Amino acid sequence: MSDTLEVRIWRGGAEGGLVHYNVPRQASQTVLDVVTWVQRNDDPSLAYRFACRVGMCGSCAMTVNGRPRWTCRTHVDKVTDGDSLTIEPLGNVPVIKDLAADMTPFFEKWQSARGRFHGAATRRDAYARIKPDSPARQTANAHVECINCAVCYSACDVVSWRKEYLGPAALNRAWVAFNDERDAHLGYVLRSVAVNGGCMSCHTHQSCTQHCPVGLDPSAAIAGLKKALSRAYLSGRLKLS
Amino acid sequence: MTPLAFVLQRLSALVMVPVVIVHLGLVIYAVRGGLSAGEILGRTQGSVAWGLFYTLFVVSVALHAGLGLRNILDEWTALNRGATAAIAHLFVVLTLLLGLRAVFAVTVS
Repeated sequence: MSDTLEVRIWRGGAEGGLVHYNVPRQASQTVLDVVTWVQRNDDPSLAYRFACRVGMCGSCAMTVNGRPRWTCRTHVDKVTDGDSLTIEPLGNVPVIKDLAADMTPFFEKWQSARGRFHGAATRRDAYARIKPDSPARQTANAHVECINCAVCYSACDVVSWRKEYLGPAALNRAWVAFNDERDAHLGYVLRSVAVNGGCMSCHTHQSCTQHCPVGLDPSAAIAGLKKALSRAYLSGRLKLS
Repeated sequence: MTPLAFVLQRLSALVMVPVVIVHLGLVIYAVRGGLSAGEILGRTQGSVAWGLFYTLFVVSVALHAGLGLRNILDEWTALNRGATAAIAHLFVVLTLLLGLRAVFAVTVS
């Protein structure tokens, strides 16, 4: 292991290529530190995206040595192949420039999965009482901490070959909404994921679960949606029109 | 994939699990026991139970394979959904025809 990292970074748009940089190795260095070093010391025109630097905002995800990762919490020592580090924009979303990816399809699908709360109570109603240990609350708890980093979306095989597929993050969010006992219109959620490209398209490869940086299990969420969808359909409760 | 297709594929898989196990057991029994074609036909012809069993087999296989084939075509080819539906329907009809003809041959005629 030398004092210098051999870093290759994607430059340009979709037709760009990898450019080589030498970056000094430092203690506890993250992949985001490497990218920031290059921009501040070698080439100020390097475009990339980050905000919190502590694994909360989900904006710094990139492809590191072929795998999607959150770069602010990924230590260089854990992912380098000898001294070499290849950093590219996230996969399965268009590249804008260099390491900045266009997240539009990811968030549009997030919206179309309708994983949001549909309330019916007014300000004059009492607070909903949800027992912390109820099965639905426990299920929602297990899936609610998504940071929207799109690492799972980038890792998903089905997204790569089926452009209309909603993807793991959007479906994971829909599963959280489905398990919200206060929600007045759970049918919205099931109808929104019962479309072509919805939860039924998942092949359960579990790349999402393998890559999720915060340890969520979107595969289990999608399996839950499939089960709920099947039950609702067989019982005639799923009104599709 | 529609919810109907999704549910049908899973239900047909559910049916196929015991049916395929029984079928494989039967094949092993017939081969290891050294039954001749005539002896097998002697047991199956006129048997309502084997007729129903293999009809269930053929119908579940035709549905399951047809739905799976359409999914593969949708995911891996540039064909539009109308074309993949037509190919899948044709495949289901052919599988049913061939399978039910075989069931008819060993249990009725």
